[in-house]
Amino acid sequence: MSGMLRYQPLNLARWLIWGSFALILLLAPMVFKHGAALSLLSQMGTLMIFGLSYNMLLGQGGMLSFGHAVYSGLGAFFAIHAMNLATAGQLPVPVSMVPLVGGLAGMLFGILFGYVTTKKSGTTFSMITLGMVELVFACSLMFPDFFGGEGGISTNRVYGNPVLGITYGPQIEVYYLIAFWLFISAVAMYAFTQTPLGRMINAVRDNPERAEFVGYDTQWVRYLTLILSAFFAGISGGLSAINFEIVSAENVSAIRSGAVLLFTFIGGIGFFFGPMLGAIVGVFLTVMLSDFTKAWQLYLGIFFILIVMYAPGGLAGIFMMNVRLLKFGKFARVWPALWKILLSALVAVTGLIFSVEMLYQRSLEASQDPVISVFGVVLNSAHLSSWLLAVSLIVLAASVLYSAVRVFKPYGLRPILKSKI
Amino acid sequence: MEFTLITLLNGVSYGLLLFMLSSGLTLIFSMMGVLNFAHASFYMLGAYFAYMLSTQFGFWTAFFVAPLLVGVLGAAVERYGLRSVHQYGHIPELLFTFGLSYVIVEVVQLIWGRAGVPYAIPASLSGSLFTLYTTTFPVYRAFMMLVALLMLLSIYLLLTKTRIGLVIQAALTHPEAVEALGHNVPRVFMLVFGGGCALAGLAGVVGGNAFVTEPGMAATLGSIIFVVVVVGGMGSLSGAFVASLLIGILQTFAVALDYSIASLLANFGLMIKAGSPFFSLFNLTIAQIAPVMPYLLLVLILIFRPRGLLGVREG
Repeated sequence: MSGMLRYQPLNLARWLIWGSFALILLLAPMVFKHGAALSLLSQMGTLMIFGLSYNMLLGQGGMLSFGHAVYSGLGAFFAIHAMNLATAGQLPVPVSMVPLVGGLAGMLFGILFGYVTTKKSGTTFSMITLGMVELVFACSLMFPDFFGGEGGISTNRVYGNPVLGITYGPQIEVYYLIAFWLFISAVAMYAFTQTPLGRMINAVRDNPERAEFVGYDTQWVRYLTLILSAFFAGISGGLSAINFEIVSAENVSAIRSGAVLLFTFIGGIGFFFGPMLGAIVGVFLTVMLSDFTKAWQLYLGIFFILIVMYAPGGLAGIFMMNVRLLKFGKFARVWPALWKILLSALVAVTGLIFSVEMLYQRSLEASQDPVISVFGVVLNSAHLSSWLLAVSLIVLAASVLYSAVRVFKPYGLRPILKSKI
Repeated sequence: MEFTLITLLNGVSYGLLLFMLSSGLTLIFSMMGVLNFAHASFYMLGAYFAYMLSTQFGFWTAFFVAPLLVGVLGAAVERYGLRSVHQYGHIPELLFTFGLSYVIVEVVQLIWGRAGVPYAIPASLSGSLFTLYTTTFPVYRAFMMLVALLMLLSIYLLLTKTRIGLVIQAALTHPEAVEALGHNVPRVFMLVFGGGCALAGLAGVVGGNAFVTEPGMAATLGSIIFVVVVVGGMGSLSGAFVASLLIGILQTFAVALDYSIASLLANFGLMIKAGSPFFSLFNLTIAQIAPVMPYLLLVLILIFRPRGLLGVREG
């Protein structure tokens, strides 16, 4: 009897999924060639690592942190100082290893701050992390030597001799660097979920008392998880330092921490890939939507509240539930109600956007022309007819929505969602 | 002496304002386990409502009506938003209020614009109450303190001497038992949430014109009141009182003191020059680190007394 019996068949689906993830990372720049699109992809990559590291706390550990930007931000600051030192020839760090500097710095501060924050769990943990981020943010303005004051610290990522002809000057090379680190980090973070510690943090999330009875120190489990999570957050910070070549106090602020919370939750904390979806949505919302409308934060807030109230599994949860339906061939049963919901929600959202845009026009740009164009529809915020149009769209769609949603009530959709948190 | 007394008075009045905010937060937290992240947003709404009402009907109407409006709004938020999230647990509730704080700030900017509004102290309460040595103490500061103390007294009487107060206290620890006795516990929750928001609104009415009424006011006070609640001990009303005064006095004193380690050492003949290591650390004045004080206190409390000053439950 030598050792345990092991049955580990080849997990084909896992290989396929990770293989296609690598393939997508490789091929994405072929599809999105433009400079702006490439920059968006790079931002998404860093935000994905950040979101995944955040989900180690929120999704795996049930720790709602309001201060995760502390680790990514401080990682970014250390990374940018490392780059500046390397440029001056005082520190032999190649650009491709700068994210590791950020990661180690993030980890160091995870060890330092995590000791205090993980003393508590649940709501108190959230409040302490909020205090921590305010502390670091206030400190960042007190030490302009290190944090660069209001203007931040800037750098040049092209230094040293090119390796294999790679200088990291062009955006495409930075993209592939980010993609490389994203893939490594994603694999590592997925592997973490399979380790004994990754399993224990789930147990600590679900039933801390019982985990203690089994003999584990819940505070220690949370602490170790936070340190690892801070490491990956630091990597994302280092990558963003390379990508933007500037780091300012805003990187360690509560605003940045709140943003990663919003996007991770919108993506879905119940599934490993949820934060990646959230990162894609997040970059679209912050970068693209803010070009179109001043009200984007309002839309973001309302969208987030709707997700919290009606789909706590996030986008990933919605997606996976429909996949389940398809798998068991029951999609035809929900489809008649589903298309009504989708269509009426679309109309209601359109009406809402019309009225919000007109409101913004009236309150912020009242001196200018009251005629605005939204989705090609010309609206006059000074005219009653435009308001009637917006309100009637909302009322009409809401009534259809109400009757269509009732179809789902008997099936008890919510308990299914609940099990995912 | 003059400096100490005047700063102490200012600190106490600021601390009492913090208490008006944190008392509502603590009540809601201890009762429902919900940390209302949007609490400071209700404070902001109170100030804006008061501004709107006071331009139309005068300050005293605003003083009584604005908190009521905020309370009704808070109750509606509990009834139609929080209650449906309640079943998912405390973290989604916290997330809901977090999202709400985003939306409220945007809506305030949508209605009243991105700049501050000129919400002024009423003429009947302006002017100085007394002169201490050479510094005058404004009437309005005293009015703020009076309002906060009256509020403290009425909460105390409400919670301990009235029937609804007893039901609330019972529902704090044994909601099922209270429900079994025939009380509508969800409605009690709604009332407590609305009441807590109304207290925040009241703080906004008296605090909005003492400080500034602008869209950023929720963010500036928001994190401080969380510190107050943790330092005082989660869910402890008296702890919140002590912690608010402590932080209020600490911050007011710190802002006014212009000493640094370097200047202290200079008294002993030790000069620290610009080139020496940690120069920027030694050269920081107390006034400069004033914004950090509450958070440093939070960290120290958590290390040495994790349950907070007057907290009883280990959370």
